[in-house]
Amino acid sequence: MNRFFFLPLAARSLMNRRVTALLTLFAIALSVMLFLGVEKIRLGAKESFDNTISGTDLIVGARSGSVNLLLYSVFRIGDATNNITWESYRAFAEHPDTAWTVPISLGDSHRGFRVMGTTGAYFEHYQYGQRRPLEFGEGAPFEDVFDAVLGAEVASRLGYELGDAITLSHGIGETSFANHENKPFRVAGILKRTGTPVDSTVHVPLEGIEAIHLGWESGARSPLAALYTPERVRQMELQPAEITAFFMGLKSRIAALKVQREINQYKSEPLQAVIPGVALSQLWRVVSVAETALTSIAAFVVFTGLLGMLTAIMTSLNERRREMAILRSVGARPWMIFALLMSEAALLALAGALCGIAAIYTALTAARSFIEAQLGIFLGALQPGLYDLYLILAVVGAALLLGLFPALRAYRNSLADGLTVRV
Amino acid sequence: MSRRLAHSPAGETAIAVQDLTFAWPGGAPVLDIPELHIARNEKVFVEGPSGSGKSTLLGLIGGVLTPARGKVMLLGQNLGALSAAGRDRFRAEHLGIVFQMFNLLPYLSLIDNVILPCRFSLRRREAALAATGTLTGEARRLLAHLGLKDEALLRRPVTQLSVGQQQRVAAARALIGGPEILIADEPTSALDARAQGRFLELLIEECERAQSALVFVSHDTALSRFFTRTIALPEVNRAAQAPEEEGA
Repeated sequence: MNRFFFLPLAARSLMNRRVTALLTLFAIALSVMLFLGVEKIRLGAKESFDNTISGTDLIVGARSGSVNLLLYSVFRIGDATNNITWESYRAFAEHPDTAWTVPISLGDSHRGFRVMGTTGAYFEHYQYGQRRPLEFGEGAPFEDVFDAVLGAEVASRLGYELGDAITLSHGIGETSFANHENKPFRVAGILKRTGTPVDSTVHVPLEGIEAIHLGWESGARSPLAALYTPERVRQMELQPAEITAFFMGLKSRIAALKVQREINQYKSEPLQAVIPGVALSQLWRVVSVAETALTSIAAFVVFTGLLGMLTAIMTSLNERRREMAILRSVGARPWMIFALLMSEAALLALAGALCGIAAIYTALTAARSFIEAQLGIFLGALQPGLYDLYLILAVVGAALLLGLFPALRAYRNSLADGLTVRV
Repeated sequence: MSRRLAHSPAGETAIAVQDLTFAWPGGAPVLDIPELHIARNEKVFVEGPSGSGKSTLLGLIGGVLTPARGKVMLLGQNLGALSAAGRDRFRAEHLGIVFQMFNLLPYLSLIDNVILPCRFSLRRREAALAATGTLTGEARRLLAHLGLKDEALLRRPVTQLSVGQQQRVAAARALIGGPEILIADEPTSALDARAQGRFLELLIEECERAQSALVFVSHDTALSRFFTRTIALPEVNRAAQAPEEEGA
């Protein structure tokens, strides 16, 4: 006698109840899909988050908190508490360990998108992901004071093309009543999508920021502002007195700690330098609560799927007492009835987990470019791995644990019923 | 031929019961049979209304119940001397059982239903193979003997068979591998009179051919004419004074 005779029997018994079985399988597959989907997106999000900025050794701004500095300089969230002087910037730009620096100036906006003043060096040195440089989809870096380079999201959402004129607003509200309409900018370039906050940024030259604020020194437009026409401004020396922050690349990464300390102890002005990786992981720790919550919810959904299976098997038991009596009459031992029900639970969970895994990988592969472009989440390699094997084992293990209930019940029933067919 | 007799005529003993009593835990005895013999070549009709202890007797002979006292001997083997596993194995090897109705597993094909006992008993598997060469062949042979040979019918899902056809499939299953004892528990109660007669003739014919003892349990005394001997359970069972003891 084949000791595993109950596996084909279980499979065929399930086939006989295919509607319930398929629904149960579907519920398990869906829950496994959700769990794995959440997990992949979570990992992808973390990965993408870590990859928001790369190749930059230090970010320097006014002294506040490292997370705050990271938020406004890289994620365009929140504001700087203070600016830093051009002199301080130059002091470190000319530091012997410095390879390059990119100054940035924030504070203006265009229809809800942040405007960042910077230099051409930004397009050369700023990197994201695995040290990927910024690439132009169309056009080129700015040449004129009133040139603007748009992030991909800005261009696509607002429908801008090269050569379009845009007006910047003072401050960062969605609708601003203080517009710099007398000095429009021309779209000179549109960057390729990066999946980082760069996509939602309008880049203009530092001199452009300086130019539109001539006559705005009090914080609002003065009658003088009208005197500074674009033609006149182009003739002026537009060296900014202050910038918001700057990115710094060092000749050797080993120097990062030393330079960081020097900046933090800079006497002339309270400055703060952060190492992007360190600040990112500090920030991620804030987010990780949500991350844990998401994973636990997904795990509970898998558990719910398995509970559905338990219900389905439990409810089938009474109508299957005859089946058990028949099996007993031809010589099945009670433990075989037990094994039959356990294998049903295992088969359902295994098939459900496999379908779920296959489905989520198919779905993620299909939606990959969409997810990467729209959510900025890079999913990495999408091949089933050891993790998925563990997931299958966990799901089947949990199913077997839950399957103990109906299996033990059927075992006891079959002992009590014997050869009497009870309905 | 004398009727309503508890003793079998001479011949090899298939079933021997001695001083058998059985009670459900905490209850009064529901079965108390001093003596009962059924020989290998017998076709016995066990008659009794519900509550006379039929199902209990069946459970004891099938080895799924253990007696409070006394013994059940099948083919010379004392079931009480066997473990639960041993009794299950003994049942698989030597007993064919047909129930009242719905005998078939709905998820197995007709042929697979018939060869089901061969999955549990090596002995019956080998006997079936020795008879025809393949399990399927033996199943077809038995089904043909029982009047089921239409190929289209054999391919039909068992749930689409008539009750009479289902009972014949169940009989073929009980007979495959030639078990020495065949127990039928009211197998004809869902059939009309003509189908009952036809079914019984075929069943008895096949038991003769296989040389199996047939124990046919029913409350329908009209059927006793087909059998060599009738045992009236209420007369044999001293505990059967109060019916309704098992709610079957």
